[in-house]
Amino acid sequence: MQTHSTHSLEGTGLSCIRDDRVLFEKLAFELVSGQVLLLEGKNGSGKTSLLRILCGFREPDTGEINWCGDAVKDSRFYAQMAYVGHLDGIKKELTVLENLKMSVALSSAGQYSIHEALAKVHLAGYDDILVQALSAGQKRRLSLARLLITENVLWILDEPFTSLDKQGIALIETLMTEHCANGGMIVLTSHHDIDLPDVDVQRINLS
Amino acid sequence: MSLSRAFFAVIRRDLVLALRRRSEIANPLLFFILVITLFPLGIGAQPHLLQAIAPGIIWVSALLAAMLSLDSLFRSDFDDGSLEQILLSPHPTSVLVLGKIIAHWLVTGLPLLIVAPLLAVFLGMPNHALGILLLTLLLGTPVLSLIGAIGVALTVGLRRGGMILSLLVLPLYVPVLIFAGNAVQMAGSGLPVDAQINILIAILLMALVLAPLPVAAALKMSIN
Repeated sequence: MQTHSTHSLEGTGLSCIRDDRVLFEKLAFELVSGQVLLLEGKNGSGKTSLLRILCGFREPDTGEINWCGDAVKDSRFYAQMAYVGHLDGIKKELTVLENLKMSVALSSAGQYSIHEALAKVHLAGYDDILVQALSAGQKRRLSLARLLITENVLWILDEPFTSLDKQGIALIETLMTEHCANGGMIVLTSHHDIDLPDVDVQRINLS
Repeated sequence: MSLSRAFFAVIRRDLVLALRRRSEIANPLLFFILVITLFPLGIGAQPHLLQAIAPGIIWVSALLAAMLSLDSLFRSDFDDGSLEQILLSPHPTSVLVLGKIIAHWLVTGLPLLIVAPLLAVFLGMPNHALGILLLTLLLGTPVLSLIGAIGVALTVGLRRGGMILSLLVLPLYVPVLIFAGNAVQMAGSGLPVDAQINILIAILLMALVLAPLPVAAALKMSIN
C-alpha cells in the first residue's frame, strides 16, 4: 500500500559528460511527495541520461542523489521506485498475466491487484493474450500497468506517451494525478505537453 | 517481498520462455548430437581409436554446445528491457541472475546429460565408465553455464561480442575439460577417479558461490 509519509528525492551538483560532451552540469532539484518533475529539452540534451542516472544505471560524473535524506545506495530507494523506459521490459512470448505476475514477484504487490490494474489501463480481458499479439499502444499501457501493481512511491517515466492515442494519454494523465494525490511522485520526460491541472509540476529545461 | 519467490519466479519465467521458443533447447542439443555422430564417419572403422578418444569427443562437444547456447542467456532480456527491470528489483541481482543461470542449465545442460549415455555407447565407451561420464557431466555442465554467464554479462552490451566471448570463456572452461575428460578416461581403464570428481565438485561449488557476483556487476556495467 502507499504510505502517506513524505518522501523526497534530491539531486545536487549533478553533471553528465558523454564522449567529451557536457550534457548538463551542476544540476540540482528537489522533489517531494505529490510533485511531478518534467524534464524538457531537445533531442540529445541528456533527458534520458538523467533518468538513467536516477535509476542507477549510470553513475553521475559529479554530484549525488539522495532518497529521503540518505544516499540512494543506503536507502529503500529500489523498493520504492518503478521505471518505464524506452524499452517496454515485457516479454513478447509471455501472456499479459504472466508478464505482470513476474513484475510483482520482482518487487512486491502494490495498491492494485493485477486485474484491477488491467481494467484501469483498459486491457481487461487480455489476460491470456500473448504480448506479441498486442499493438504498440497496448504494450505501452501494459508496461504502465506495472506502475500500479507494484509497491512504489516514485515513478520514473521516459517518454510515457509514446505510441499512445489521445484517450491513452488522457488515461495516463489521470493515473499520474491519482498517484500524486496519494503521495507519490513522478519524474518524466515528454515531448507531449502534459496536462496536469491539479498537480504541482516542476520543470527543468536541459538545453 | 520475498526473495525466494522472486528467485523461483525468474526460473519459472525462463523455463516457460524456453518452452515457447523451442529452438533454444533444440539447437545446442542437436549440435552436440551431430558433432559426436560425425566423428566415427570422419575417423573411419577404427573402433579402438574411437573408444580411446570417446571421453574427449563427448566433453569437447558438450563444451562447444554450451558455448553455442550462452548468448541466449541475457540477449533477449537485454534487448527488450527486462534486464533493466531485473536490475531495478530491490532483491539482490546476484540471486536473481543465479536463477537465470539455473534455468539456462536446465534448458541447455540437462538435455546433454540425457542423450550422453546413448552417444557414449555409440562411440563404444565401456559400460562401467558411463556412470562416471554422467557424473562428470552433472558436475561440469553447470560450471560451464556459471562461468559462461560472466562472459555473456560482460559482452551482452557489445554489438558483436561473439568472438570476445569465446576468447574470454574458453580458457576458463579448460580446467573442467581436463579433470572431467581425465576422470572418464581413468574410469574406462578401471582406475579410481575420486580425486578428479572431488576437484570437479570443488569447482562447481566455487562457481556456484562466486560466479553470480561478477555476473551481477558486469550486467550493471553492460546496461549503462
